[in-house]
Amino acid sequence: MTAEENSGRAAPRPVLTVSGLSVQVATPEGAKTVVEDLSFTLNHGETLCLAGESGSGKSMTALAIMGLLPYPMARISAGSIRLADGTELAGASERALRKVRAMRISMIFQEPMTSLNPVMTIGRQLSEVLLEHKVCTRAEAPGRALELLRDVQITEAEKRLGQYPHELSGGMRQRVMIAIALACSPEILIADEPTTALDVTVQAEVLELIRALQREHGTTVLMITHDMGVVAEMADRVIVLRNGRQEEAAPVRTLFAAPETPYARELLDAVPRIGEAPARPAPDRVRHTVDVEDLSVRFPMRGGILNRVTAQLHAVEGVDFRIAPGETLALVGESGCGKSTIGKALLSLVPWQGSIRIDGQQMAGLSPRALKPIRRNVQMVFQDPGASLDARMTVGKQVAEPLVVHGLASGSELQDRVEWLFRRVGLPPDHMDRFPHEFSGGQRQRICIARALALRPKAIVADESVSALDVSVQARVLDLLRELQEEEGLAYLFISHDMAVIDQVADRVAVMNLGQIVETGSRDQVLRDPQHSYTRRLLSAVPIPDPTHLRPPVLPREGPVGSPVRPLGEDVTRFAMQEIAPGHWVADRAA
Amino acid sequence: MVMSDATIAPPPVARKRNAAWVLRELLRRPRSAFGLTVIVLMVGAAVLAPWIMPYDPNDQMFDGLSLEGAPLPPSAKFWLGTDLLGRDLFSRLILGTQTSLIIGVLANGIAVVLGATVGITAGYFGGWIGGVLMRFTDLMMAFPALLLAIVLAAIFKPSLLIVALVIAMVNWVQMARVLYTETRSLAQREFIDVQRAIGSSTWRILGRHIFPHLVYSIIVFGTLGISTTVLLEATLSYLGVGVQPPTPSWGNIIFENQTYFANAPWLVFFPGLAIVLLALSFNLLGDVLRDTLDPKLKGRH
Repeated sequence: MTAEENSGRAAPRPVLTVSGLSVQVATPEGAKTVVEDLSFTLNHGETLCLAGESGSGKSMTALAIMGLLPYPMARISAGSIRLADGTELAGASERALRKVRAMRISMIFQEPMTSLNPVMTIGRQLSEVLLEHKVCTRAEAPGRALELLRDVQITEAEKRLGQYPHELSGGMRQRVMIAIALACSPEILIADEPTTALDVTVQAEVLELIRALQREHGTTVLMITHDMGVVAEMADRVIVLRNGRQEEAAPVRTLFAAPETPYARELLDAVPRIGEAPARPAPDRVRHTVDVEDLSVRFPMRGGILNRVTAQLHAVEGVDFRIAPGETLALVGESGCGKSTIGKALLSLVPWQGSIRIDGQQMAGLSPRALKPIRRNVQMVFQDPGASLDARMTVGKQVAEPLVVHGLASGSELQDRVEWLFRRVGLPPDHMDRFPHEFSGGQRQRICIARALALRPKAIVADESVSALDVSVQARVLDLLRELQEEEGLAYLFISHDMAVIDQVADRVAVMNLGQIVETGSRDQVLRDPQHSYTRRLLSAVPIPDPTHLRPPVLPREGPVGSPVRPLGEDVTRFAMQEIAPGHWVADRAA
Repeated sequence: MVMSDATIAPPPVARKRNAAWVLRELLRRPRSAFGLTVIVLMVGAAVLAPWIMPYDPNDQMFDGLSLEGAPLPPSAKFWLGTDLLGRDLFSRLILGTQTSLIIGVLANGIAVVLGATVGITAGYFGGWIGGVLMRFTDLMMAFPALLLAIVLAAIFKPSLLIVALVIAMVNWVQMARVLYTETRSLAQREFIDVQRAIGSSTWRILGRHIFPHLVYSIIVFGTLGISTTVLLEATLSYLGVGVQPPTPSWGNIIFENQTYFANAPWLVFFPGLAIVLLALSFNLLGDVLRDTLDPKLKGRH
């Protein structure tokens, strides 16, 4: 099916033509148009990016092409989607669409865990696709499956065939998804936010893989993403969408160099770029709001017939850090490195050992009752504002709750305090009687910030607080956080995987790996002059929102991937830290 | 500082989901409107029984039997016929509505409270408390419900209250199971973590943040449970360990007359029909209630 012709870039040959596409979604208020009059052509071998913020209709477009719009909620209301041979996809029967899916167009989704069947082995899932579309015979299927896994560069491919999805890492699962998508050598691959759920290093590898496969097979890629860094790295052409309409369509270099529409310009300006953040004023380091020494968090792992503790997960191991008033310490690391656990330990949401002092008061060994007044001094803002608000309580009541719980205000005083907090975070106080679902993501995060501020804390743990937000909203929430910090002298522990955001907000950075800090220092020391190999690797994987910049391949991992799980009684070897410059500590290379 | 995301108007305020709205929604759908009508009629019959019964339900009327002493089939005089002792079946059915509904509400109420308490406690605290409670629940589930009810009813002297308690003992397990699972997943949600971080007490978290999310499941399971309860009462009465004669209940009317099924089928058919109707009505109502109250299904009906 794949014509092995070397088409090159000279004569564009369209493989998919979308014209005048409109998609409507049923809402309680009537039909709402989420994609309006969208037209584009997908040329053979190119990568077209649909970029836009949430609600821009980019995913709906992809689903419309696949004929996977959620029935009966959404439907194509106008327009046509045509393959190169004239096959019309809009309004085609399920039978006809099934022939097109996987054989000619296939799709990979954001969350590889939920896209794979958890009770089937990888090998069977691959064979199923091959047999379903009669690509090969039953006898050939295992061989073909193995070949496909090798194609997507999975290590120990033979072993993977017999494994279940949960036994693989996130990156490997996404590779399997790509293998399944490419099983029938489709002409077009639609990738809907394929790397958003992945760590930055894994993201770089997966993007590299998609590019390599595209070169080899001449597949055309339609990529959907909100990340302008990914756009810059992958796209040949970009379509910027907003509220279901095309704002701008341009070759990637033209778009980044000279965006024509104000929206595209705004979108590109909001993208945080490493190394462009202004210097931050030095906070005074006489006192420390947060003083953590030798913090360890271990979770017991049970097993065996008697369900006894057989091993321990050393989530955090011997971590020290201090944060001065008005200072931001950023914790960086890949998922599972223990950075969120540290945040939870500060609020005593997980059992911990060691010493945590908040504003000079020791928290170790206190009863819950004695802990309550100290807890007031440190509050947390979580990643997903939708999940951290109670859907069945008005937002006003939720912001008031901390004050009520601690008996700090009641009656009209409480009302006044809540109104003041709403204004403080830039929300109109008359929204107090509404429920969380009536707000946008950015507004919800403001509500969460208002709630965290209610107790006038000295320190705030921001756990991926802006990761779920669109870039423009993200920038404004970061502005708010910065403003609050300057006025109230708050100490922030800013937990994030996003290097560019950290570059914007941090005074100091601590890089974590396997529960320990491997490098710490001022922002400039760590991000501009990384010393530890792990830090370098992380930084090398960050996509740069500049299509003219050729990112060198991700640095290889040094040594095998470690595990923080140890049998009972065996301790994790702690890294020895060396001070290589004033305030810049790096773990021993050997460790 | 730009605040444009704060000024974008949020979507229009959703219609308030108060009781009047729920009632309107229920009447709008044929299934639930039917269920609701039947239930209202039956409650009305139970409450107004002394006034609407055409005859004394315990009066063994001489003209209620044929010359040969056989019960009379439905006629203009005895709408639903008479039973073996010459009592008017229609009157007995109306009085039986009282018993069946009391059992349904009382037994089911006890079952709901007990099941909710066990389920929420086990789900929220987990650990050994949860382990012990849920193993006990599993044990109750594995036990043949009818056998247990018969044993319990046989040990205690049968009365309306005892029958209700016995039925509750058997019926609370499903509620506990469902709420346990729901509470467990709720307790791991982030907004509960937030509450712990704020320093809210356990009672506050349970009452203010967990319970409101479970109310709808409880309502729905409660209504579905009523039909099970009425059926179980009928079964117990049928087996002779339920409500004792002469107090009529739909179940014991069937029990008393089963031997005459071939000659006087109306004696079994009408009470059976009443049971089926009540169970069906509550099921329909519960079903629609779930669809209307679940916010996740909003805008899809």
